[in-house]
Amino acid sequence: MIQPVGIGRLIVVVRSANKRLSPGTNKTSVRGANNNYGDYEPLLGILLPLILLVVAADVALPANPIPLPEFTEYQVPRTPVPEANPAWREYLDLAALAVGLSLASYLALRRRSRRGLFLLTIASLAWLGFWRQGCTCPIGAIQNVTLAVCDPGYAVPAATVAFFVLPLVFALFFGRTFCAAVCPLGAVQELVALRPVRLPGWLEHTLGLLAYVYLGLAVVYAATGTAFVICRYDPFVAFFRLGGDLNMLILGGCFLVAGIFIGRPYCRFLCPYGVLLRWASKVSKWHVRIPPDECIKCRLCEDVCPYGAIRQPTVVQDAGQRAEGRRRLAALIVLLPVLVAGGAWLGSGLSVPLAKLHPTVRLAEQMRLEETGRAEGSTDASDAFRATGRPLGDLYRDAIKLQTGRFVAAGRWLGGWVGLVIALKLIHLCLRRRRDDYQPDRGTCVSCGRCFWYCPNQQALNNGGVKI
Amino acid sequence: MAEMNAKLDRRRFVRNGIRAAGAIGLGGTAGLLALGKGQAKEYVWQLDPDKCVACGNCQTHCVLDISAVKAVQCFLMCGYCDVCTGYYTTEHFKLDTAAEHQLCPTGAIARKFIEEQAGVRYFEYTIDEPLCIGCGKCVEGCALMNGSLYLQVRHDLCLNCNECAIAVSCPAEAFRRVPADKPQLLKKQAQELTDAQSQGPAEERTQHG
Repeated sequence: MIQPVGIGRLIVVVRSANKRLSPGTNKTSVRGANNNYGDYEPLLGILLPLILLVVAADVALPANPIPLPEFTEYQVPRTPVPEANPAWREYLDLAALAVGLSLASYLALRRRSRRGLFLLTIASLAWLGFWRQGCTCPIGAIQNVTLAVCDPGYAVPAATVAFFVLPLVFALFFGRTFCAAVCPLGAVQELVALRPVRLPGWLEHTLGLLAYVYLGLAVVYAATGTAFVICRYDPFVAFFRLGGDLNMLILGGCFLVAGIFIGRPYCRFLCPYGVLLRWASKVSKWHVRIPPDECIKCRLCEDVCPYGAIRQPTVVQDAGQRAEGRRRLAALIVLLPVLVAGGAWLGSGLSVPLAKLHPTVRLAEQMRLEETGRAEGSTDASDAFRATGRPLGDLYRDAIKLQTGRFVAAGRWLGGWVGLVIALKLIHLCLRRRRDDYQPDRGTCVSCGRCFWYCPNQQALNNGGVKI
Repeated sequence: MAEMNAKLDRRRFVRNGIRAAGAIGLGGTAGLLALGKGQAKEYVWQLDPDKCVACGNCQTHCVLDISAVKAVQCFLMCGYCDVCTGYYTTEHFKLDTAAEHQLCPTGAIARKFIEEQAGVRYFEYTIDEPLCIGCGKCVEGCALMNGSLYLQVRHDLCLNCNECAIAVSCPAEAFRRVPADKPQLLKKQAQELTDAQSQGPAEERTQHG
């Protein structure tokens, strides 16, 4: 029967035994110059399990089993704490963002300089991408802002809020100049867009919906405090850091290879922040214009835009087509609430798969598999949970509460959002605007400047020559 | 033509209205979030050593080549043992500083003789942080005794990712955001000892022996 004796005394026994043994009982020669020590493997073999047993047996043991020795001269040092990163760095980034946005807007709208925008793109990639390694970015800041709105316990830093708001404010006035030359994710794709092909309209519009779904998912997961999925699945951050998760490196590589042929695949079809910028840009006060004055309808801009953002002049419809269009619009407006309600209903059924990402639910699932013998062995997470001594019922209750509470609401919101997005997309597709010349679509255009760079009238103006 | 102009004006009016609403909404949200909570300070990642199970993910999951998580020694909790379970392996054990007997894969723990009292030898164990890779092997070993070694995120190295990759993989959910002006999370006991020391009596003891 092992008595839960004071472990401190036991260690003293080990120490003095060690002392007694040290000069003699050499079974094997000890390597190294320090021959003061003997080999006392057998002793430890007996004592260590004993010590461990005592530790395990005695729960009420004082937390510090071996007391601090009373030294004669030696002073116990303090644990060194290194200086943290200075806070001004965050504000320096913010200033860089503001300068970058102003410069991009100036270059795109006033100077109309594609070369300037291109140089700024490289500078942004170097600063925000490779030097600051992709954090903080306005795309990820969506989640911080969402979490701050939904969780009163989380206070978002002012600099992060400013990071989120600033590009949107600029987009409200100047269009998507953030995408043009400031965003490092856009920059890396801008540089690889070498052989862009034009996507068919149906594919472009369908893939474009993905970004809205991704935004919905990111908001739902941030609001429920589950994860920051935008950051977790950021395809290019592994490149900025020159290392990272292998899967993410492969995914990023795929995006870059695809980006050679499909201009900016992440920005157009996935970027959740792009969705917000798109809508801000649609109502922007000023926006990039293609010809400096008059359009000669040469279609060069349409040809050169890698992002499918140039809209052709419209053809005049006859009365029958107009009536047909009006009927379709009316039907879609009636359909809108149906789609939203249907989406919400379907979405609430998604609560269980949605909740799978939540750490508590995942742990509960693992514990259930282990307890019912359907999973062999144990994971670090389940071992850690068992070590806390928390009853299993608590964990299950928490997980079920998440699945049947928070995530049902989250699924409903997500489903409703997707329904709304599809309905609005359909409505948007049957709205017609009269256009007399080639114009960039305010939402889709990222103000990269290729269109006016290729415009013959602009070239003529630049060279001081005669207009065509 | 007049009809056309009216249409354009209406469109411009709607756009201006939406833009103004957007700007006000953004400004309002930003103001409320940044100032309304009265707590506009920075957050950083830290791990709670009382929850940590020293699984080794800190070493492998940090986005940095060498993890920003380092082992930290709380000297006030340390027993200055000759037989340190955080320093020596328990397999092939020899009381010998040769590399094969050390737990630390990078030799980042410096063992220094301090003094001998009544036949008991005391050693100081210090972490050489540039060598430490945050694998937590010493932490796991030390937990058998006093647990004075524990892991901490070092904020001179940490990139403070928006979603910490180690936090995602942590099996004990030990990572959380802490205010940047108090970036350390000491073990509860280490905190108590440090507090006691800075208040006085313990300091006397360490000074005079």
